[in-house]
Amino acid sequence: MELYGPIVVLFAIALAFAIISVVGARLAGPRRFNRAKNEAYECGIEPTPTGPGGGKFPIKFYLTAMLFIVFDIEIIFLYPWAVAFDSLGLFGFVEMVLFIATVFIAYTYVWRRGGLDWD
Amino acid sequence: MTTMVSADTLDISFPEVDYLALAPLLIVFGAACVGILLEAFLPRTRRYSAQLVLSVVGLVAALVTIVMNVGEDRPAFAMSDGSRVDAIVIDGPGLFLMGAIVAMGVIAVLLIAERRVSAGGAFVAHAAVAADSKADAAQARHPGATEVFPLTMFAIGGMMLFCVAGDLLTMFIALEAFSLPLYLLCGLARRRRLLSQEAAMKYFLLGAFASAFFIYGVALLYGYAGSVQLVDINAAIAASGNSQVLLLSGLAMLAVGLLFKAAAVPFHVWTPDVYTGAPTPVTALMAACTKVAAIGGLLRVFNVAFGNSGNPGGPSLAWDWRPILIAIAIATMVIGAILAVTQTDIKRLLAYSSIANAGYLLVGVIALGQALGATLFYLVAYGFTVLAAFAVVTLVRDSQGEATHLSRWAGLAKRSPRFAVIFTLLMLAFAGIPLTSGFAAKFAVFSSALEAGQTSLVIVGVLSSVILAFPYLKVVVLLWLSQPVEDAPAVSMPGFMTGTAVTVGVVFTVLLGLAPQVLLNIVDGAGQFLAK
Repeated sequence: MELYGPIVVLFAIALAFAIISVVGARLAGPRRFNRAKNEAYECGIEPTPTGPGGGKFPIKFYLTAMLFIVFDIEIIFLYPWAVAFDSLGLFGFVEMVLFIATVFIAYTYVWRRGGLDWD
Repeated sequence: MTTMVSADTLDISFPEVDYLALAPLLIVFGAACVGILLEAFLPRTRRYSAQLVLSVVGLVAALVTIVMNVGEDRPAFAMSDGSRVDAIVIDGPGLFLMGAIVAMGVIAVLLIAERRVSAGGAFVAHAAVAADSKADAAQARHPGATEVFPLTMFAIGGMMLFCVAGDLLTMFIALEAFSLPLYLLCGLARRRRLLSQEAAMKYFLLGAFASAFFIYGVALLYGYAGSVQLVDINAAIAASGNSQVLLLSGLAMLAVGLLFKAAAVPFHVWTPDVYTGAPTPVTALMAACTKVAAIGGLLRVFNVAFGNSGNPGGPSLAWDWRPILIAIAIATMVIGAILAVTQTDIKRLLAYSSIANAGYLLVGVIALGQALGATLFYLVAYGFTVLAAFAVVTLVRDSQGEATHLSRWAGLAKRSPRFAVIFTLLMLAFAGIPLTSGFAAKFAVFSSALEAGQTSLVIVGVLSSVILAFPYLKVVVLLWLSQPVEDAPAVSMPGFMTGTAVTVGVVFTVLLGLAPQVLLNIVDGAGQFLAK
């Protein structure tokens, strides 16, 4: 059980951080609402207009999200390899090249079929 | 807190890779990748012939390398320090299952490639376009989608990997590798778009659910055995020191995932809708190849990890799971057979027959090692017959496309007796009439199940085959003795490819019925799964 001690402490800190932030902001922060403040996600870019109750939105977003996940996963595999690059040597290098090549095949298909064009 | 290791202290040893053992899988997956590149760079008019040649050549090459591997049972990876890496295990039954999937895959690819029966083929390019929208009408007018070829190759590659995977994680990857293309393929029918999309959606949602069960089961079994390798799980059961709760709940969840793919009751509800809605060549692929893969996976998991055949002295886990699997097999045989009787659509009828046949195959799984050869035989016999049956279904057409409703089939023998003779033969084989492959297969499975002491299962199996014979014979009577309807559908002249599919299916059905010993010798020679 000793091994789990630090994790429990970490959970406690995370919980405390969340509670303190929410309660603290509520107690100390000024409340001045405007249109930008009321948006779901404040990032400086106008959100895509949606109909009442969520409405329909273009399926292109879905395609973009899918492509993002493909490259996201690629990065997840590249990091551990980069950390252990020396010990993995040529074997690891060839394996990674094969992995990146297969992702690249998917990428060329998407590119040639216009998956990267917005309109 | 000293579990952190810095990179320069890592001592990593690399496995020796047996490339001959991997060759069948590498060829099929490689062909699928090249197929994607062809899709990307070839002009539209040249894609079809290039994809067809690539797929068939790839599958034939894979079959050759499978034959070259016969003889030596070994894992495809070996560590220099002697520790086991069972990610991929090349053994007799595994090679046989891979070979069966590839051989049936060639026939399925020919069916998928057929473009003469319905001008431009049975597929569209975009599965997700809303049915009856303008874009959907446009893509139906310009047929000739060729994405189906790489998708089919990925599916076949995944099924092959599923049968030779020696650890549960590789098995899960393989499960996803063949499921995801299949979900998509189901939604690509050019006619009856809405039904096709419904099929794809249902299959995807339920399939994702089943995959979740599978991977949760894998996690629990890892918690039990400390390894995902089948042989290690077997060893852990023999030692029997850990929590039985983890083991049994893990096994149950794993079995749910596997039985879903095999379409066993009560995990069968997707089968009729998906088989009906999917394009018929894809239904043929699922009924033949996916059935082999799912049952092959079940056979390996239960024989290697949970059968405890390698430890005659240890406690046998089979005592725990056998009653449940027997109940499932009985329910599958009986419910599949009874519901087949009430069907009025030929594709739904074949779907319920496929469920009942999953039950007969489960009898072989329950009997473990003794019935392994017979089960392999059954898979091949059933697969080729069902391929030919669905090939014939693609030929019976009216102005609306395939006429699958049975009332439309009435009296077809008067207009096309040759077709009726072929379909009658296939129906008799399904019904298990002597001198057909169906009889030889059922006889082999039931007799080896009797030897293994599963008498009650065999009795239920024989009774349900009698029930199941009724719908098949009903179709035969309908073909020969009923009066044709007014605007009866015509039986198209098969092109070269559908013709080949039907011919091969019929030849196998007859040959395996007349001389089953040839194939029985081969499955006996394949021996048992590599369990040590």
